Amino acid sequence: MVHYILRRLLYMVVTIFFISIVGFVLIQLPPGSALSAKIAQLRALGGDLSQDQIRSLEERYGLNDPIQVRYVRWVTGAIHGDFGQSFTFDAPVNSLIWSRIGFSVLLSGCAIIFAWVVSIPIGVYSATHRYTIPDYIVTIIQFVGVAVPDFLLALLLLVFASQVLHTDVGGLFSTRYVNAPWSWGKFLDLLQHLWIPVVVIAAGSTAWLTRVMRANLLDVLNQQYVQTARSKGLTEGVVVWKHAVRNALHPLCMALGQQLPALISGEVIVSIVLNLPTTGPLYISALLNKDMYLGITFLIMLSILLVVGNLLADLLLAWVDPRVRLE
Amino acid sequence: MATAKAIPLPERQRTAATDVGQVSQFTLMRRRFMESKLSVFGGIVLIGMYVMAAVAPFLSPYPYDALDSNNQFAAPTPIYFVGIHPVICGTTQTLDKSTFTWVYTADCSKLYPVRFFVHGYSYTLFGVIPSDLHLFGVDPPAKLYLFGADSQGRDVLARVLEGSRISLTIGLLGVAISVVLGSIMGTISGYLGGAADNLIQRFIELLMSMPTLPLWAALAAALPQDMSVVRRYFYITIILSLVTWTGLARQVRGKVMAYRTLDYTLAARLAGASPLRIIFTHMLPNAISHIIVVATLAVPFSILGETALSFLGLGMLPPAVSWGVLLRDAQQVQVVEQHPWLLIPAAFVIIAVTCYQFLGDGLRDAADPYS
Repeated sequence: MVHYILRRLLYMVVTIFFISIVGFVLIQLPPGSALSAKIAQLRALGGDLSQDQIRSLEERYGLNDPIQVRYVRWVTGAIHGDFGQSFTFDAPVNSLIWSRIGFSVLLSGCAIIFAWVVSIPIGVYSATHRYTIPDYIVTIIQFVGVAVPDFLLALLLLVFASQVLHTDVGGLFSTRYVNAPWSWGKFLDLLQHLWIPVVVIAAGSTAWLTRVMRANLLDVLNQQYVQTARSKGLTEGVVVWKHAVRNALHPLCMALGQQLPALISGEVIVSIVLNLPTTGPLYISALLNKDMYLGITFLIMLSILLVVGNLLADLLLAWVDPRVRLE
Repeated sequence: MATAKAIPLPERQRTAATDVGQVSQFTLMRRRFMESKLSVFGGIVLIGMYVMAAVAPFLSPYPYDALDSNNQFAAPTPIYFVGIHPVICGTTQTLDKSTFTWVYTADCSKLYPVRFFVHGYSYTLFGVIPSDLHLFGVDPPAKLYLFGADSQGRDVLARVLEGSRISLTIGLLGVAISVVLGSIMGTISGYLGGAADNLIQRFIELLMSMPTLPLWAALAAALPQDMSVVRRYFYITIILSLVTWTGLARQVRGKVMAYRTLDYTLAARLAGASPLRIIFTHMLPNAISHIIVVATLAVPFSILGETALSFLGLGMLPPAVSWGVLLRDAQQVQVVEQHPWLLIPAAFVIIAVTCYQFLGDGLRDAADPYS
């Protein structure tokens, strides 16, 4: 077990190393240096920049060095916790990300919990009542749920909340709480704003997980040990929940590994529509504006989350199902 | 909680025909597929959508890019019936001085009949047949906007149909490439095993850990700027298919590894069949149904992906016309409240994606007729 984890960790380091190289090259692939936008911005703000000023800016950010030198410098910094400077925001990448990541994790964490809490019972019901009217309804909702674009769902919920519920929506707080210190009222206000993004982020994965849960449970229910459990005289509830469901959870555990990076990237569109102060919009803006250090930091962060998530998923799987052997 | 009786019989007892073993696997698959009403329905709707895309200009009374400042944000034209003949009222456009928006008032003193098979603007059908025939139209100066008009007075119906030509097809080649690549790599990995398998699996893990959004952004910015938007998007989908084959490769590998231990493979090997023959005649036919299903289910996600990317500004941009581009006009709450017909393209996205899923789901059930 320890041996297995150590070997996986080693693979992870190698993977991240390769991805950091590919990512570093990739981020700088688009023409136009990351600084040109910055220079244009400075020009727009305060008239002309002399050639000297441009050169000194380039030197300060080390943009004239060959790419491998820049890479080594960035990695050395990153290992010490310094991820470089964002050109567009004129702030250290570190503080930019840290100031927003809390809300991202909160939002997506709630969304994952929501998806699991909703999809498992519905999936189980749908499987144990196959080919009944509720099953058909659930099935159709699942398909449509996957098919509705995120931003559309967010828009419709916004309209619904403002027209029908008459609540103030958009953002994470009402205006009077934005800059207020934390209090019970602020917390309640947050909850009131939180449900729309949580529902939107969770919608797609809820629909998908329900379908997976249903399909798996149907497979498991046909197996002999389930018949055995029934013929022993166990109640149907025990048979389904203790014997069958447990073995139907595999793919959900596997999917959990993929969901860790979704903590960051899953909320991009929703956050833009609802104007939320999370990392998603920052990520997109970094990519669109070729803000390279911010972009590469996000890229590495997402890959690390993915490989760590996959390892955790494998360990979780081995823990849930003793038949799974880690080799 | 269900009783034991409520648990349905396994599928095999319901569907097993007595002539199993006498009909081909394909016939069994078709029978099983036809049983699933939703999938057949999905398939028919999709065929309808592709036909509509193919004959888009015939179905649209006006060109998709014809501007009309007299009809900005015109609502869908209401259709009335005189006897069995559909007619529309003329409309007049006035400026609301307090809100500075155009207001349209119907003027039903003069009725315009909706005519069928009328001659209008000319186009070439299927790229070869020149024609100016349109399914319906009204005499000018009246205009028939079945789905309303956008901010420039362009016909939303024509734009949705034109958009479907791109949205329904642009992802197909990318999906095809990633499916072929995934099948080949998965088969090699599963059949050879050992060091080759290990190498391919590590490579797959590497690709899988690579976030695709930065790749997309980098390619979008790096491809030559003089390329048309549609062409650039198309190239990106193809380049990205070189990254997205990994999931299928894993599944095919698993299947091939399982087949390798089966008796019939052993028998083939003992009979002196070459590895290529074993792969192509004994393994791939077994895995092909699964591959088709994965391909069918990948297409709707490419359609959805296009709308999401266009939303983020990484996908297609005007003047290209696709469903994603059309939905860029419907991003604000005000739009949804004031010009809800701009959301009609979303309905098409939802229908297309849902039907593809119905189809894929039915194929999945049909894929393994012996289960």
